[in-house]
Amino acid sequence: MPNILELHELTKVFHMGSLLSKVRITAVDRVSLHVESAEIFGLAGESGCGKTTIARMILGFQEPTAGEIVHAGADAAAAGGRDARVSPGAQGIFQNPFEAFNPLRRVERYFFETDRNFALSADRAETMERIERALNAVGLHYDDIAHRYPGEFSGGQLQRISIARALLTQPPLLVADEPVSMVDASLRMSIVNLFEKIRDEFGISVIYITHDLATAYYVCGRIAVMFRGNVVEMGEVEKVLMDPKHPYTALLRESIPEPDPERRWSEKMELAESEREEYLRVGCKFAGRCPHAMEKCRREMPQDIDVDGVLVKCFLYD
Amino acid sequence: MWVLRAEQLRCSYILEMLGGRRVVQAVNAVDLEIRENEVYGIAGESGCGKSTLMKALYAAIDPPLRLIDGTVRYRVDGKEVDPFALRSRDIQELRWKFISFVPQSSMSVFNPLIKIRRTFRDFSAVHEAHGSKAEVLELARKHLVDLGLPEKILGAYPHQLSGGMRQRAVIALASFLSPQVLIADEPVTALDVVVLRGILQLLKEVQEKLQATIVLVTHDMGVQANIADRIGIMYAGRIIEEGTTEQIFSAPLHPYTNYLVNSLPKFGDKSMRESAPGAPPSLINPPAGCAFHPRCSQAMEICRQQTPRMLEMAAGHRVACWLHQDDDAEHS
Repeated sequence: MPNILELHELTKVFHMGSLLSKVRITAVDRVSLHVESAEIFGLAGESGCGKTTIARMILGFQEPTAGEIVHAGADAAAAGGRDARVSPGAQGIFQNPFEAFNPLRRVERYFFETDRNFALSADRAETMERIERALNAVGLHYDDIAHRYPGEFSGGQLQRISIARALLTQPPLLVADEPVSMVDASLRMSIVNLFEKIRDEFGISVIYITHDLATAYYVCGRIAVMFRGNVVEMGEVEKVLMDPKHPYTALLRESIPEPDPERRWSEKMELAESEREEYLRVGCKFAGRCPHAMEKCRREMPQDIDVDGVLVKCFLYD
Repeated sequence: MWVLRAEQLRCSYILEMLGGRRVVQAVNAVDLEIRENEVYGIAGESGCGKSTLMKALYAAIDPPLRLIDGTVRYRVDGKEVDPFALRSRDIQELRWKFISFVPQSSMSVFNPLIKIRRTFRDFSAVHEAHGSKAEVLELARKHLVDLGLPEKILGAYPHQLSGGMRQRAVIALASFLSPQVLIADEPVTALDVVVLRGILQLLKEVQEKLQATIVLVTHDMGVQANIADRIGIMYAGRIIEEGTTEQIFSAPLHPYTNYLVNSLPKFGDKSMRESAPGAPPSLINPPAGCAFHPRCSQAMEICRQQTPRMLEMAAGHRVACWLHQDDDAEHS
């Protein structure tokens, strides 16, 4: 099956703080993965693990520090800037639909604007037909949204509308960043099911970014689990989530409260050392969970160390 | 024995602007009886009135929220107390000692300019419960160690703690004066799953240690299944079903509960899950009759006209749905 997207050694480093106290944060650390056509690929992990940064780089909102993004043959990072944003390679769906739309602008204007920006249609009739088709795919009609403001819709409806808008350009890939975490529990599955429908009907691939492993298990084919910028485990969802190999995936999986009173957590989880000491902010933050941790790691912050052109913040390479 | 009770409780937000008047019926005819030493879960989607119900149970009703009708009763040391009839000084005395509150956002609980230990001191000072500075500090330290938390957090400022540790500190604070009832409003919603498990464990521990009651509000049915003993399902301002956790999950009676419980994906089961059609109702102008009827696949004529009453179907399992109301009940 051809790959719709490939990431090669993708890295993003943020510089924070002032000139005098510069802090480097490696949000994404040499991530390589691929997304096949007509596949729902899961990207899971806790907040701050770098999953949103990857989404922003795929969508062209942020430049990678190193590595490359290959969109079905074309290099989006090379195209750069505004061109990358209007490239039909990928469309984004975001966590909070109320922030995605301007509250003072009627929602149908986003559809006309996208149509014009991408020069999709030859005339008005074609535009209307295109918009109606995109809305039908998410179970809506143009009359449902015409002349209405974002505040007049529920979160679930508005998320549907943003998916319809993304479908307008017929992209080969949708990047959905926590698309259901703001949607009510009773409506959540209707949005998740929509991704399956889109994949089956239009052959569109979806990168489903979430911290909710249960919906990821339900909808994804393959999944990558991230921890502090690294992909620690990647493979078929059946294997990764039902039989986790990496201790972090296992921890994540065990921590999910299952909606079944017969499967309550039986044993008590000890407060991880990392959590106890986190607030002290001394030493390496990973020390609490690191199998190679030394006494020194808990006391001092390691420097950036250059190992084969890669910066590593670790005493192992000192 | 009950410890917290509400009868036919009605609360509305009354908004007056530009000569117009909008009434949001956030809590509508709620009957609740929460018992000693249990975890009572309240579930429902956002905007169904869960948080407003908590405000009413906590007797923290401030305009534009108004108490329209009904009563709330606490049982304090064997005596029935009406919190709305108390003077503000007396209600303050009950807070934290009898009933305390764990909100969703732990950042807004602590004053960012003072260390955690001063917040503990301020809390006990209000109640004149403990003696000198050193004694209070010692009690706070002992309390944290009892709960398995590092005592060092007392010397930290709120921003120095991680979100999970801060939420733990809030729980420690809320349980400091050994209250009999702890209201936790979405205590784990903004947290990562690994942290979430630790926080729920701590809540459960506090409950067992104090032999207290926890009223746990969350829309996450996974959390409810894990720690609640009984669950009340809320929809459009009303409690529409109530039962033990086992009853709610294995034999839900209301079609809405059925959607809530069965639309959740489970590991090892990839079968199709459907969520409830339509959208949550507005509380300004809720649908007539049973508020769920526009989204219900089994709606009948009567559902559109009359609101069903809560009836007990099995021991401890109550539901308000026309599918489960027989004729005698209707006329009785």
